[in-house]
Amino acid sequence: MKGLYPGLTFGKATRDAYGEALRELGQEHPEIVVLDADLAKSTKSAYFGEEFPDRFLNVGIQEANMVGMAGGLASCGKVPFISSFACFVILKGFDQLRMAVAYPHLNVKVAGSHGGISPGEDGASQQSVEDVALACSLPGFVVCVPSDEHQMRAAVKAAYRHYGPVYLRLGRPKAPLIYTAEPSDFQFGRAVRLRDGGDATVVANGLMVGAALVASEQLRAEGMGVRVLDMATVKPLDEEELRRAAEETGGIVVAEEHLLHGGLGARVAQAVGSLCPVPMEFVGLDDTYAESGDPEALFRKYGLTADHVVAALRRVLSRRTWGASQANSLSI
Amino acid sequence: MARALADGTRSAAQIHALRERATTIRRHIVEMLAEAGSGHPGGSLSAVEIVTALFFGGVLRYDPARPDWPDRDRFILSKGHGVPVLYAALAEAGFFPVAELRTLRKINSRLQGHPALGTAPGIEASTGALGQGLSIGLGMALAARMDRRDYRVFVLLGDGECQEGQVWEAALAIGFQRPANLVAIVDYNKYQLDGAVASILDLHPLAAKWRAMRWQVQEIDGHDLRQVLHALEWAAGVGAPACIIAHTVKGKGVSFMEGENAYHGVAPTEEELAKALAELNGALARAELSIEREAAEDQEAGR
Repeated sequence: MKGLYPGLTFGKATRDAYGEALRELGQEHPEIVVLDADLAKSTKSAYFGEEFPDRFLNVGIQEANMVGMAGGLASCGKVPFISSFACFVILKGFDQLRMAVAYPHLNVKVAGSHGGISPGEDGASQQSVEDVALACSLPGFVVCVPSDEHQMRAAVKAAYRHYGPVYLRLGRPKAPLIYTAEPSDFQFGRAVRLRDGGDATVVANGLMVGAALVASEQLRAEGMGVRVLDMATVKPLDEEELRRAAEETGGIVVAEEHLLHGGLGARVAQAVGSLCPVPMEFVGLDDTYAESGDPEALFRKYGLTADHVVAALRRVLSRRTWGASQANSLSI
Repeated sequence: MARALADGTRSAAQIHALRERATTIRRHIVEMLAEAGSGHPGGSLSAVEIVTALFFGGVLRYDPARPDWPDRDRFILSKGHGVPVLYAALAEAGFFPVAELRTLRKINSRLQGHPALGTAPGIEASTGALGQGLSIGLGMALAARMDRRDYRVFVLLGDGECQEGQVWEAALAIGFQRPANLVAIVDYNKYQLDGAVASILDLHPLAAKWRAMRWQVQEIDGHDLRQVLHALEWAAGVGAPACIIAHTVKGKGVSFMEGENAYHGVAPTEEELAKALAELNGALARAELSIEREAAEDQEAGR
């Protein structure tokens, strides 16, 4: 993936940070119980299992049963973290997430690993492109797609502190570092303004935050100021920050490693449409599954690179109804 | 509330009192469904003796004043459409006023059309999408094990519900994890919404399926309160996951509903309600007469 993020250094995969943060939380909080459905080595929940075998349960290949069990554990005061691949825990467990977790609003944390198409070679059956939309559709769920290892550690701890269901999306490949250390002020529903600028805004999460930063640098060289928001929390959205972005920059691009349908882009569009409508463009998978392949090659083929973000920014600028003099000066 | 005697014996007077309670619960069921104008009488009435034995036979440990008491036993109605029988039992047990039963299925009521955790006190899980209660029960049973608490978990399943794959995921997991504090009860009334279970997706041989998942199994007449109580006490002492297959009759206790699948999900009309209540009142009167005969039998048997 390194070819996609010139100028950025790489850290761990966010799934590694998940396992490490869980293990750290487990030391202080005996009510945390971790369940996995035979993917503990891949989701990294095994880190917790090695340290706390009495509070770790590999339930076997039974995602629906695992979600139901988590509901039962939570109703008895435990704080279950359940993990599997995103496409399995969210899709196979969806009815159970609705009935045993969301409807009774229980304190269950769901970690979906191998989110997006970046798992790569295993192909579309193991990639997850619908999980964020489905998780967002569950009333009361917090849905969070952290961008790097530092933010993931903070998000796991925030998930523990938050009473109620949380969905965390974990990534398989090593992720470019967005932060230099674990942010101490991380909060669900609070975007992070990584770059300031007045010409347009990119709202991104997960691996697309790195692409947004690269795109911002590229356009800076052309004299354009692009604001970059790390919108790790897809639900609830930071509506105040979105309003400011719309009012102050006049155009928004949303970039995510997910279907355009029902994910971050759809939610941001809904918010911006009611708060302060401005031209918007979207970077993501357009009504398609991906395929097997090297993740970097997949990102190029399916439109998830900084170049795609730049192109979307240029389209937004061409549609802006105000600030046109700035846009015209950029030879779009 | 303390648990019952473990020896399974009950005097005729105790059984009689339970039968009366069962009839009262049946009256609540038909009344609340007629008032609501919708709901599921058939599968509520088939489970009356099971639920009566659990709540009033000294099986479940509960305190209606403390519905969130951590050491209470948990009862999960996995066949959530049968919730009228549970509401009736909870009201009779004092979790909420009996008068509240008339609010079933109405807006702003705590009595949702299917069980919902966090609404009426005494409801332990949200059910109604079939197949999920056993998994939730396993989570609760494991929480008890981790916390070294001695509460027990009872899950009531429908027979049609056992067609759901998740039931067998959970049965397999429970057979392997072996929580001894978990009991499954199947209300085997032989009918599901669209018709006879045997004609839609037969469960036979049902006991063998549970045994193959490493459960201890007993089959009983689910309307014979002595058998139900004996089986629940057997389950408590067996030291392994226990499944009670209770053979029942859908619509039991109301002659025109018994075995008549039209009443799976259709509430009685006012006229039908009057007829049903007349029958149930008659049943109470007959029970009064039988008490003296059974008491005499008790005396003869030295109980």
